[in-house]
Parts: sequence; structure tokens; C-alpha cells
Amino acid sequence: MPTTGTKKKGVQEGHPSGDPRYKGIDRVLKKQHYQQDALIEVLTSAQEAFGYLPEEVLIYIARQLKLPFSWVYGVATFYHFFSLKPQGEHTCIVCLGTACYVGKANEIVDALQDEFHIEAGQTTPDGKLTLTTTRCLGCCGLAPVVVLGEQVLGKETPESTVAKVKARLAGAQVEAAVAAEAMSGAREETAAT
Amino acid sequence: MNRTELYALAQSELDRQQKFRCRLLCCASTPCISSGGLAVQEALKKAIETDGLQAEVEAVATGCMGPCSRGPLVTVKMEGKEDVIYENVTPEIAEKIVDKHVRKLSAPELEGRALPSDWPFFVKQKKIVLADSGTIDPEKLDSYIARGGYTALIHALREMSPEEVCEEIVRSGIRGRGGAGYPTGLKWHMVRKAPGERKFVVANGDEGDPGAYMDRTLMESDPHRVLEGMAIAGYAVGADQGYIYVRGEYPLAAKRLERAIKAAERKGMLGMRVMESNFNFRIDIRMGAGAFVCGEETALMASIMGRRGQPVPRPPYPANKGLWGFPTLINNVETFGNIAAIIGQGADWYASHGTEKSKGAKIFALAGKVVNTGLIEVPIGITLREIVYDIGGGIPGGRPFKAAQTGGPSGGCIPAEYLDTPIDYETLQKLGSIMGSGGLIVMDDQSCMPDVAKFFMEFCMDESCGKCSPCRAGTVQMHRMLDKITKGLATMDDLARLEELCLMVKETSLCGLGQTAPNPIYSTLRYFRDEYEAHIKEHHCPAGVCQMAAKP
Repeated sequence: MPTTGTKKKGVQEGHPSGDPRYKGIDRVLKKQHYQQDALIEVLTSAQEAFGYLPEEVLIYIARQLKLPFSWVYGVATFYHFFSLKPQGEHTCIVCLGTACYVGKANEIVDALQDEFHIEAGQTTPDGKLTLTTTRCLGCCGLAPVVVLGEQVLGKETPESTVAKVKARLAGAQVEAAVAAEAMSGAREETAAT
Repeated sequence: MNRTELYALAQSELDRQQKFRCRLLCCASTPCISSGGLAVQEALKKAIETDGLQAEVEAVATGCMGPCSRGPLVTVKMEGKEDVIYENVTPEIAEKIVDKHVRKLSAPELEGRALPSDWPFFVKQKKIVLADSGTIDPEKLDSYIARGGYTALIHALREMSPEEVCEEIVRSGIRGRGGAGYPTGLKWHMVRKAPGERKFVVANGDEGDPGAYMDRTLMESDPHRVLEGMAIAGYAVGADQGYIYVRGEYPLAAKRLERAIKAAERKGMLGMRVMESNFNFRIDIRMGAGAFVCGEETALMASIMGRRGQPVPRPPYPANKGLWGFPTLINNVETFGNIAAIIGQGADWYASHGTEKSKGAKIFALAGKVVNTGLIEVPIGITLREIVYDIGGGIPGGRPFKAAQTGGPSGGCIPAEYLDTPIDYETLQKLGSIMGSGGLIVMDDQSCMPDVAKFFMEFCMDESCGKCSPCRAGTVQMHRMLDKITKGLATMDDLARLEELCLMVKETSLCGLGQTAPNPIYSTLRYFRDEYEAHIKEHHCPAGVCQMAAKP
């Protein structure tokens, strides 16, 4: 049976700091009726609000759900989505699913690592770029796939990805049309070989 | 909602659709959106508006049409004419499509962009689960109802007892589409008979296998089909609550499911007193947070309950003791996608597809080194050659086929000599692979098999939950040995030790992830041992992939 951490009277509503980002967490807590089973949903909303999960947020969530801090910490570190460290301003996710692997996505990762001198999973010292890898985004028809910010780029090569990441860091949005063009170009190339 | 109202709703939606002389269907599932599908949709809408043709022409966002590598795709449906599908549509091409089909102008730019209707990619498929995908608007309930949606649920509730529903599923011969292939009907009977105050139904949409995206497409393209299947299951086993566990990487699928649930609840197809019967059934969505092991059923339940997604030993099976200790039915999303068709069209009809032991059709995500990649639904028992060469159009550049990988990190490779064997659960198992959830990756001679094994081992190593030592430490060791082999630093002794370790991990791991982790090594060793030996003895990678380290 779903267990509910019933709210006692006198427990302070909201975070004492008054940080507006806690309001979003409170909303989800309320929507889920302070159910302990909703921990993952609450953590997801906290990560959305803060960009990562700072320790004080984990403590706050643990108190609100009446769970031991170790429990909350255990769940937060178990799932790949949750990050306890701040993320860079821009994120670049390289898909390493099987289709992307067959399409040599690891060369893209190598190229990015060499270019920005960070390992996958790390953030550049200036906090501009976080490079991560993921296991299959399910766009296997477009392999290899790179997600830059909110944009999904398909049929990438090491050179094109590095160029696009650099452009993004320089502040320019990669035009969708450019991406589409590069894609049809890549398609013709594969057809020609 | 009762049956009369349902039929009336279907009829009014059909009438509405028939009002249009031309309907432009634009694929709005993730692969097509990624290649610019939304801009195409906007362009179509704008073109219709500029001409003031909203009453005659309609642009609809639909689900997946199949050939994902050719997206964005647009289907033109016209009264009395065959459908035309255009590939690689850009906003400019969209304008031309309107020119040709609506404004009746000539549009030479469209030459060669229409996919032929007798294209083997379409002809060789048998669509049961994906029958409506690509035709209906996944965000509109009416659109699903117009295609006969929810009639199976009403039929089950009105004319069948829960026992009869289970029996019908048994007779259809459908087996679990998540990978193991356990007969679905037997599982339903088990949960139905299990004593419990409450019961739960869970749809497993945590599709973690890299290279597989059937479940996502189904949830995105036809969410109501999944909901209907779950509701029928709920009625059959006596559950009043269902959960859909959606993989965290699939926000669009979750959004569409959420909308679908709300719409169905409003119309009385879910919630209290489903279809004016005494049956209550609620469905909630649970989002994953990126853990492959959560596809394992006991781990999945832990994750639904907000805990670390670590598996626990079975028995007790979820059918007896599942969520919060109550009997729980867990099926794959694709399995639930089949249910409405089985109940609606009968078990005998369903059983007429497929082979003697494996019935129906299976969705595969065809990807890798193949000309047409995308999502296909084929009758079980089709040969691999038909999939790769007819549907897939062969290997780009006419390179030789080397192997097809099925089942992701738990599966194995099928080499070229078995291209003509029929694909079903038993045959694949005999070949050392598994059906898995349906990822099918084609590899040509540029893939190095020990490197492929290393790739999967790295995956298992990262995704091991760490609960049991054989998997936690074994995958690290196996990965290290494979790394040595692919660098040309291993000896034949290492290879023998690797095989020993594989057996140990397989026999002693706690859950399916660990037990099947050595499969990619086993199957590549079985068919491509010469490649391993070339790396070790000749210090050479036959495919030219691996960078050999200097000899010590």
C-alpha cells in the first residue's frame, strides 16, 4: 500500500530561505500527497529547478518526506539522471547506443574530449560545457546522434560536432536548416560510398 | 460512455475526416521531430491557412510511419486515391506538396521523393500493433476511437468474464514481448488466481536496450492502444490500479500518455465505472531516471515504489507478491499493445500469424549498417534475409553482411550463414541470441566482433546495480580482459580464463542483467573465434577497428 508521510501540524511549510526554487518542489510534494513512494518524482522536479541536487535540497526533501537522508542520498546516487554536481551552461550529450556505436560515435566523443580537454561526464573548468554520454536516445535512424542543449543533431561526424559545439559556446544557435542540410549531405555521402 | 455513444463518437469523427478532400499527415514522433518535422508541420498549416482552405484540407500530426532514417515523412491522403508518402520533407518541400496535391500545380521538385507503394519496406510487414500508428493523431482520443478503439474493452467488459479474457489470451498464443517470451495468458491466469486484497497492472516501458525504440514509438504514436490493453488486463486479473513505467529519456512519450489518460478518464474509459460497468481502473505514469536494470521486473517495482532500482531474488514472483506485497501483473508495453487486437479480432485470427510456437507479429527497430533503418512490424518466422535485404534494402555501398545483433546487451549475434533461418523465440535461442525487446542492429565487415563484445560489456559494467558480486566485479573483469584482447596484449590463457569467468557470471548472478551479460561474448566467440585469435596470436584486427598497442 502506498505509504504516506502525513504532515504534522507545526512542521514549517516551505523552505525557510524563501528561495523561490523550493516552491516548485513544494508543489510536487503536495501533488503527490507527501507520499514516500514519490521520491523519484520529487527529485526530478528538484533537479529541474536547481539544475543539480545540492545537499541542502536533499536534506529538505528527506525532511519533508520523513525519510532518512541516507535513503534519499542512496536513490539520488543510484539513478544516472541525478547529478550532485553543478552542470555546465551548455550540455553536449553523445549517444552511445548500438546503432551510434556502429556509426562510430566513440570517435565523436574522442574528438570532443581532445578539443575541450575534459573526459565524458565532466564539465569544463569555466563551467561552460558539460560533456556526457547516454545509452540510446531511440533515434537510431539518425545515428550517430548528438544532443546539444535542446537540439537533437543526427548523422554527425567528429568534425561537424566539434564545429557545432564551438559555435554554440560562441553564443550562436545552430540553425535547424544547417543541421538538416548537413544531414542530407551525409546521407548522400553514405549512398555514394 | 456506453457502446452506442462510442459508435456515435467514432462515426462523427469519421464524418469529420471525410469532409476534407485532402489530409496531410505529418509524422511527429521523436526521430522525425529531430530531423525537423515540426517545421514541416508548421509549413503545411501555414500553406493551408494562406489559401483559406481550412475547411477542405487538414494537416494532422501523427505517429511513426516506419522508415525513420528518411524523415521527416508526410503522407498525403486523398479521397479515392492511393496514399502517397514523401520522404526527407523540408518546409520548402512541404509547400510543394501543397502545390501539387491541393493547388493542383506542377511540382517537379517532388520527383523521386515519393516512396513507392509497392516498396518492400511496407509490403513485407504485417502491422498488428502498429496498425494505426502513422494514421491517427496520438493526442486525439476521437482519432483512435474512429479506428475502432476501445471497442475491445467494451466487448471484454460486457460479454466476457475475467476468466474468459485470460483464456482468450492463452488461446492467441501470444508470448511476452519484453524478451523472455513467457506466455502472456499463463501469467494473467496466475495473477487472476493469486489471492490479494488489491492487485496491480504494470506496463514496462523502461526500454533500456541500446538500439531499441519500439516501446517509445508505440507510446508516442498510439498511447490509447496501450491504455486499452492495460484496462483489459486490469479487468481480467482483477486489478484497479495500473502503472506505466516510462523510461526517463522519453519525455514526449510520457507527455502523450498523460494526455491520453486524462482524455480517456474524461470520457469514462478509465477511472471510476469504466464504460458504465462496475469495473474501476486508474492508470498513473511513473518516470524512470536512467537505470538500465530497472527493466528487470523486481527492480522496476522497487523503482515504482521510489527506491533504488535493485532487483531481489525470485520467487516470490511478482504475480504473487509484487508492488507493496500485492499480486502484480507486469507486461511489456508492446504486449499490452497486442491485447486490443486479440480481444477485438479474436484469438484465432491472431494465432493465424506467426509460427507454430510463436504467434503474431513482432516490432523490430532496424538500425545499423542498412539502407532503410526504421521501425518494422513483421510476422514472427520471417527470415533475417528478408528483413535485412528486402525491408532494409541491403547494406549501404553493397558491402558484405557480417552479423545482426539482436537482444541488446543480453543478446547475441547472428552471422551470415544463418541469414535464412526464421526468426522466432526458439531459433534465436538455439543460435545463442535472444529475441529481446526487438533491437536489430546490422553490422558489415567494418565491425570488429571482439570490439562489439567489449562495447556491450562496457554497457553492462556501467549499468550493473552493484548488489551481487558476480555481476559487479565480473563485468569489470570481463571488460578488462576484452580490453586486453582488443589491444592485442592478451594471451590464449586469458581467453580461456575469460570463458571460465563468463560461465561463472552466468550461473551465479542474481538477476537477468548479470545472467545474460556474458551472452555477447559467448555468441561472438561461437561464430567469430578466429577474430579473437587473430587479435591474440597475430596481433592484428581483421576489421581494422582496434588500435593495437605496442608489443610488451
